[in-house]
This record gives sequence, structure tokens and C-alpha cells, in this order.
Amino acid sequence: MQSSPNSSSGKLIIRTVAAWLVALILFFPLLFLAVTAFKTEGQAIAVPSLWVFTPTLENFVEVQARSNYLHFAWNSVVTSVVSTVLGLLIAAPAAYSMAFSPTKRTKDILMWMLSTKMMPAVGALVPIYVIAQTAGLLDTKFALIVVFTMSNLPIMVWMLYSHFKDIPHEILEASRMDGANLWDEFRHVLLPLGMGGLASTGLLCLVLAWNEAFWALNLGSAKAGTLATLVASYSSPEGLFWAKLSAASLMAIAPIIVFGWFSQKQLVQGLTFGAVK
Amino acid sequence: MAEHTRAGSRWLPRILMTPAVVTLFLWMIVPLVMTIYFSVIRYNLMQPDQTGFVGLMNYEFFMTDPDFWPAVWNTLVLLGSVVLITVFFGLAIALLINDPFPGQGFVRILLISPFFVMPTVNALLWKHMMMNPVYGVLAQIWTFFGLEPVNWLTDYPLFSIIIMVSWQWLPFACLIFMTALQSMDREQLEAAGMDGATYWQKLWYLYMPHMARSISVVIMIEVIFLLSIFAEIYTTTSGGPGNASTNLAFLIFKQAQLSFDVGVASAGALLAVVLANIVAVFLIRMIGKNLD
Repeated sequence: MQSSPNSSSGKLIIRTVAAWLVALILFFPLLFLAVTAFKTEGQAIAVPSLWVFTPTLENFVEVQARSNYLHFAWNSVVTSVVSTVLGLLIAAPAAYSMAFSPTKRTKDILMWMLSTKMMPAVGALVPIYVIAQTAGLLDTKFALIVVFTMSNLPIMVWMLYSHFKDIPHEILEASRMDGANLWDEFRHVLLPLGMGGLASTGLLCLVLAWNEAFWALNLGSAKAGTLATLVASYSSPEGLFWAKLSAASLMAIAPIIVFGWFSQKQLVQGLTFGAVK
Repeated sequence: MAEHTRAGSRWLPRILMTPAVVTLFLWMIVPLVMTIYFSVIRYNLMQPDQTGFVGLMNYEFFMTDPDFWPAVWNTLVLLGSVVLITVFFGLAIALLINDPFPGQGFVRILLISPFFVMPTVNALLWKHMMMNPVYGVLAQIWTFFGLEPVNWLTDYPLFSIIIMVSWQWLPFACLIFMTALQSMDREQLEAAGMDGATYWQKLWYLYMPHMARSISVVIMIEVIFLLSIFAEIYTTTSGGPGNASTNLAFLIFKQAQLSFDVGVASAGALLAVVLANIVAVFLIRMIGKNLD
């Protein structure tokens, strides 16, 4: 017992150092990317890597000039925001009814929804491509919005369902006794109590849609391409132009990472999928 | 009682379910029916004049492709390795940073950042800046320790993909485990400490049962996303060298986009659906109970 203050502060130091070390190792690739974006091409591939140099903004200017960054960024914003809102509008009523009027088949329906998400997207590629082509929707934001919405929908229903289930039934029943109609119930009970769930579900799906690469690469290109497409175009032949690649990548991920940092508390609360009781 | 106070309340839940169920059903059934149809006809974009019913020939062609079984194997190895790595290290990191220490909030932000990185950026960042055998960071570290730099993507292609994907999903596992740990029963832990339980005993008898549910959630979500890893392979190894890093998703893509053979690709897609269903059945048997 006597040595306990000493050994516990010793443990704290070890824990702190270990935690910082792990965090820095995992974050290091991103740090390296961010630093490289401000180098010239020559500095970027210097061995050993340079950490002290005069930063340049040239790469960012060139990415915007050569591939019109803002055009792709706008497509990313529109497709991810619209698909998230649309998804919430479809998923929330379903989750509400599963949580508050469960039947014997509720669990089966939920599992079925999740299983649709397990099918490799590539399996649906040809049919979806053919449908989009026939409908003249290839390389349109509309097609990407529909596809993003559908591929996030199962996760959205599941997340919202586990949130709504945590709302005590008694509150809803009490409000019904008081003669509340569906709109009142929604407005005064569900919305305030379910806000956290709606927000975190929305946040996660925004991130997933922003980062979606498979459909964006296959259905969108010049007109509707998102930032994931823009980055992919910097891949093969220009392999060793690290500085420009880094600048394009940084511009593609910075908005969503900064957004994620600010909303992480909210997001974390929602990511439990009812795993925390 | 309350269910019947409002007219039509029996129908309301079904009406509210309808949009989600109908759209998802269409999203599943339309491509599925079209895929089944394509899979039994001759349909090659380069030979538009050859058409007609071919029975199961496309399936035979896809399954006897020498790349088929390696691709199934690679899919499962990729899935299994990433799940094991992220669950194990995710738990370890979550336990490490659970109790307060200086800079906890900042460490948390650093840790979760890779989750927000899009797969194409993840892949290019690792391919070029980390794993390049001449200029890459890993090569510099290897040289520093006097070792021969490794040509990651050529010599260990599947392992390289596993590293990239794990880097992306580790933060996700961490996040969920961190949240679950916050709700551990402090008094129970203290009582166990009083009774002289060692750290490992507490870990096994108190932490693990508490975490079972969130481990199930992590496995479930990761399986959903990892069965069809595509962008990382597409942007780095293109499935190679040979078929060393080709998974089922990429093999189907190769048939459709590189050989232009829609019929064979569709047969492959249906086989992938079968594989996904087998995995799903196993998964729901194993951890479905925990997902109530």
C-alpha cells in the first residue's frame, strides 16, 4: 500500500506515453500526407524525408487549375448531403415503427435489410449500370444520390432502430393518453428524444457517402464525379508526383475530417448500435 | 391498450415501414433478376452478334477460372485478418486510453482520424508514401535499422491490402469499444479489486462479458463492408501480381470491365451473393443473439 502513490503515478506516465505513441503512429500517415502537400515535387521524394522546408501552395493551385477541384467538391457535397437527408426520411419512419410496434417479424426484417448490404456492390454493377444507361442517368448526380441512399439505408434503419428502442415507451403512451396525434408525438416526443440518434446516424452516413468510391468510380466521371473520383485520377501514371497527389488527397479528405473532429462526440454516441446498455 | 386509442393505429406501423421495405426490396430484386438473366445468356460486349441461352456455361467458366478459388480464399483471408486485427488492437487501444491521462481528448481525435479517410486516398497514401520501396517511409525505417527495404505491393500484396484496410477500420473498432467501456460498472470493478482480482481476471470475467455485444456489432459492420473491398485493390495492386491480391469483388470487376464478358461476370456476381449469404448465416448464428 505504501508504494501505491508512486507506482500509480509511474503507471500513469507509462500509460500516457504508450497512448500518445500509438495515436501518433496511427496518425503519422495522415501527417505525412499533409506535410507533403506543401512541398515541391523534388522535396517530396527526398530521402530521408524533409521535415523542415519552405512550404509552397503551388500544388493546391495546380490541382484546382488542372482538375477543377471545386466542381468535384460541389458534387461530393450535393450527393452526400442529399442522400443522407433522403435516407433519414425513409429510414426514420421504418425504425420508428420497428421500435414502437414490434412484431414477430421485426428482427427478421432488420436482418434481411442488413443482408442486402452484404452483397458485394460489384454484383449489382452491371444491372445498375444498364439501368442508369437506359434511363440516361449515367454520370449524373441523381444516379449517385439514389445509389448512395440505397446502400446506406440498411445501416440507417439499424442505427435509428437501436436509438428509438432506448426511448421509454411510457413517454409515448402517456402522450397518447393525453390525446396527442401522430404529428404531436413526432414533434414533441420523438424529435427531441431521438435527436441524438438522428444526428449521429446522419453524420455517419454523410461520412460514408462522402467516402464512397465504388459507385462514384463506376457511375460518375467528368460531370458527376465526386472527390473520390478526382483522387483516383491522380493514381497511376502520375505515381511519383507525390506533392500534387498529396495536395489533391488533402483537399479531398480535409472537409470531412475537420467535420468529423468537430462532431466526434455526437458521432460516438450514435455508433453504439445499441451496444451500450 | 394505448395501441387502440387511435383509429388505424394497427395499419400505421406498416405504412411507415413501407417506403424502406419497398425501396430496399426493389434495390435488391431488380438487379438480382437481371443478373440471373444475364448469367444464363451469352453476353459479351465485344461480341455483340453472339447471343442466346447458354445454361450454366457462364458459371462453369467462372468457377473453372484458375483465379476463382484463390479469389474466394483471398476474400476470406482479407475479411478474417482485418476483423481479427481490428478487434484485438481495437480492444487493446480502447483499454489503454479508457482512464483519464494528459491529452486524452487530443489522442482520441488523432486515433479516429483514419476512419474519415476515403479508400482511394488511403490506398494511394500507403502505396506511394508509405510502401514505396525506394522513397517510402517504411523503406526509410527498414534502412535505418540496416535491413533491406521490402517491396510491399509486389512481394506481400495481400498483406499490404490488409494493412491499409486495418488502418482504416481500427479507429472504428476503437470508437465503439471506447464508448462501451465508458459504461462499465465502476463499483463492480472496485469490488473485484478489493477481492484481490488480478488485472487479467478482471479483463476476462468483467470486461469481456460487458464487451461481447459491442464486439458483435463491430464484427457485423466490418463483415458488411469488408466482403466487398474494392477501391483499395483497384487503386493499388489491381489484383496482382498474378492473382495474389484478387478478391471475388475484383475478379467479377475484371470479367465485366476488362474482358467485357457480362454473362460470366453476372455468374460470378451470383456466386458472390451465395458466398455472402453463407457468411451471413454463420455470422447471425454466431453473434445474432447479441444484436437484439
